[in-house]
Amino acid sequence: MLTMPVPDAAVLGRRPQIVAALRRIVPGEGVIDVEEERRVYESDGLTAYRTLPMVVVLPETVEQVRQVMRYCGEHGIKVVPRGAGTSLSGGALPLADGVLLGMGKFRRILEVDIPNRCAVVQPGVTNLAITHAVQDRGFYYAPDPSSQIACTIGGNVGENSGGVHCLKYGLTTNNVIGIEMVTIAGEVVRLGGKHFDAAGYDLLGVMVGSEGLLGVVTEVTVRLLPKPPGARALLVGFPSVVGAGECVAAIIGAGIIPGGMEMMDRLAVQAAEAFVHAGYPLQAEALLIIELDGCAAEIDHLVAAVEDIAGQHGATSCRVSQNEDERLRFWAGRKAAFPAVGRISPDYYCMDGTIPRRRLGDVLARMKQMEGQYNLRVANVFHAGDGNLHPLIMYDANIPGELERAEELGNDILRLCVEVGGVLTGEHGVGVEKRDLMGAMFDDTDLEQQQRLKCAFDPDSLLNPGKVFPQLCKCAELGRVHVRAGQTRFPELPRF
Amino acid sequence: MTSYRPADAAEAVEIVAWAAAESQALEIVGGGSKRGLGRRVSLGHTLDVDALDGILDYEPSELVLTARAATPMHVIAARLDAERQMLSFEPPDWRGLLGKTGEPTLGGVLATNLAGPRRVRAGAARDHLLGFAAVNGRGEIWKAGGKVVKNVTGYDLCKLQSGAYGTLSVLTELSVRVLPRPEQECSVLLRGLSDEAAIVALADALNTPHEVSSAAHLPVVVAARSGVREVAAAGGGITVLRLEGPGPSVAYRAAALEAASHCNGQDRLRLDNDASAALWAEIGAVQPLLARLDSLVWRVCPTPSSAPSVLGAIRSACASADAYYDWGGGLLWISLDAGEAGADYGVSLMRGAVARAGGHATLLRAPEAARATLPVFQPEAGPLRALAARVKAGFDPRGVLNPGRMQEEF
Repeated sequence: MLTMPVPDAAVLGRRPQIVAALRRIVPGEGVIDVEEERRVYESDGLTAYRTLPMVVVLPETVEQVRQVMRYCGEHGIKVVPRGAGTSLSGGALPLADGVLLGMGKFRRILEVDIPNRCAVVQPGVTNLAITHAVQDRGFYYAPDPSSQIACTIGGNVGENSGGVHCLKYGLTTNNVIGIEMVTIAGEVVRLGGKHFDAAGYDLLGVMVGSEGLLGVVTEVTVRLLPKPPGARALLVGFPSVVGAGECVAAIIGAGIIPGGMEMMDRLAVQAAEAFVHAGYPLQAEALLIIELDGCAAEIDHLVAAVEDIAGQHGATSCRVSQNEDERLRFWAGRKAAFPAVGRISPDYYCMDGTIPRRRLGDVLARMKQMEGQYNLRVANVFHAGDGNLHPLIMYDANIPGELERAEELGNDILRLCVEVGGVLTGEHGVGVEKRDLMGAMFDDTDLEQQQRLKCAFDPDSLLNPGKVFPQLCKCAELGRVHVRAGQTRFPELPRF
Repeated sequence: MTSYRPADAAEAVEIVAWAAAESQALEIVGGGSKRGLGRRVSLGHTLDVDALDGILDYEPSELVLTARAATPMHVIAARLDAERQMLSFEPPDWRGLLGKTGEPTLGGVLATNLAGPRRVRAGAARDHLLGFAAVNGRGEIWKAGGKVVKNVTGYDLCKLQSGAYGTLSVLTELSVRVLPRPEQECSVLLRGLSDEAAIVALADALNTPHEVSSAAHLPVVVAARSGVREVAAAGGGITVLRLEGPGPSVAYRAAALEAASHCNGQDRLRLDNDASAALWAEIGAVQPLLARLDSLVWRVCPTPSSAPSVLGAIRSACASADAYYDWGGGLLWISLDAGEAGADYGVSLMRGAVARAGGHATLLRAPEAARATLPVFQPEAGPLRALAARVKAGFDPRGVLNPGRMQEEF
């Protein structure tokens, strides 16, 4: 089991004074002190981990955020930022000696600027609410994480969230063009804006995906895209996952980047079909859902090309959606895949590694062996276009030791992803969940360099400590320059 | 001045470790084609990485290419072209603009975060860097990111490294995302629009679902200099919209765009595949402003819709300003007569104009002496400037990597 930093007894001892000071900054119900009310915030989407926060603060203005951050910075109090708390990696897991800073009251859309194709929103606005605010004018916000109805744009910035359309339209980082943030010193900094790129270092790019370790986002400027005029989906069954994988490679090799391209294995297909009756082919070992979007001429052209490729790669069934209802039905099973697995297993644990797609066959075969080894079943759902796997490990938390076994299996799967040239997390973030696996992907020098960046933003390591890095950041030690003195000027090297 | 030329990353580590120990500053050079970009630095030594060359891994269906930092862009382009793929951010060739002859390299393109006309749709270089290995200013080799297109493991240092002009680490190996090359392209041209009307038309076109991939406006004087016959002979300002994709889709969207209200009734023409590609190559390479080799060239990135007013403010102070718009107004190329620009080479004029609109301005071409002393890049505000300095120190505490290239202090 994972260990979190030991709570600071001195900070806990000052709790009444800290609460009083925070109440002077955020009046009324914005500071939550009562235990039952704090309990609501004890965990996020990674529900296996719970910690009661020392105090919860729900500011309403940037000035309040600035003052809270400055107070915490000056008094050495840890801060855990939180959006809607939908993180699947424990990014918003509270600390017993920390302030949980909930940004949920920042829920205004400040500006929709169609001529410049962007919207300026507060961080507590939900991902889907941005699209709802602009869809009448024919626009949308592209990244669509599965939690989009609940998750906030501020959380999306923290996690660099993806979704099913990111192969074609990018992750959060490719769709956010500006932010306003508050540092732990209480400074308000603006990065980017409505213009392209920025002078100086791309600190906006660094903030996106920084999992709340570098600053608190108080405003976000997002790129809006015109909604594609149409979309059709294909439902293609294969006799093997390897065959389906080869079909995916061939589609991309033919120069086609679908709007979405998802794969489900037999177990996931059967669970989803039993749940939503989407009409999935139950005899298939693997199912691809391929969505092609654009103008009618383009869709027709690409549907024909993809049907052709699927036929050449041994597809056993292929259906093309004939209308919008049917397209949505094709997707309904995929979108309900997680709860569908939840129906056939008391609990499930969702993983998130990415692999080079050409290794899919090996990885699934090795995963099968691991299932036997751990005596647990795994259903596989993944974003086939970009190799992002979501193995769903089924377990029963009421059976002693089974959660631990599921976590061990999950860790082995992620180590396997790294071993074949992939990465630990494609879109869910490291958080606490994958923190202790970082060493499988990065060596000490790599991690120290990442932590030195953290020190530039947060020298006392007060923002979201215990997340992302297996060891707490010690900026003073990292800052020392160890140089090998007295070396010669390398006479053996060629000079010109 | 000594030039060190490491044969591999391990030797680069040794050299930087020595430089850090002795506090000796290194100018990092790959192909040398971008030495005229940024502030001019005159350092004790050069670290010439051109031997770090070669494509290491390329699997077209994975959409990822890994190469050593000094791999020439023409080698990468040829390899991708053979598989009908490309770097979709369209790295421009600025050798003509900068008066340089060296070979542009992959590391140089990423270190300067360049992007061409397709920037409006495909993003900048920073959006396509997936992972890298580099030597930091302590003389340590380190890596970040990965070799897959979807990855959120750890801080996204690919973004930070892009556009850092070699001031944080020396890139040794990069993995970039590649995409299929469109089968066809064409451009829809509108003739005779004023700058203000043109920027509105570009925004309207970018706001249609027709997937316009580039959007530029060439005022009449600039259009007349084009090497594309139809553009030079147009006899008026030219507003250009690029469409790319499968043949039937391009044809359909071009017709749809022409029928849309903002194009309908306008005097217009169409450029087919080759002429369209030639025009966008000119626009990306800043060819239209190369008529005078002694002029200053500024690259301004304003809030797109305010581009005409930014240019208007500049013209009212400097009548000789010659300019055109790319990125739907988000990029404004301006050439100034050195005499008329004054002693500060237009710094206060440009920065004043862009401050009102939002955005930033870079002095791209100027005499070496000017680039050695002027703030070539837009200065950052107080807390941000201090933050950037701390970030620099976290990578290069002794300040040995390209010091002064971006800002005077680091």
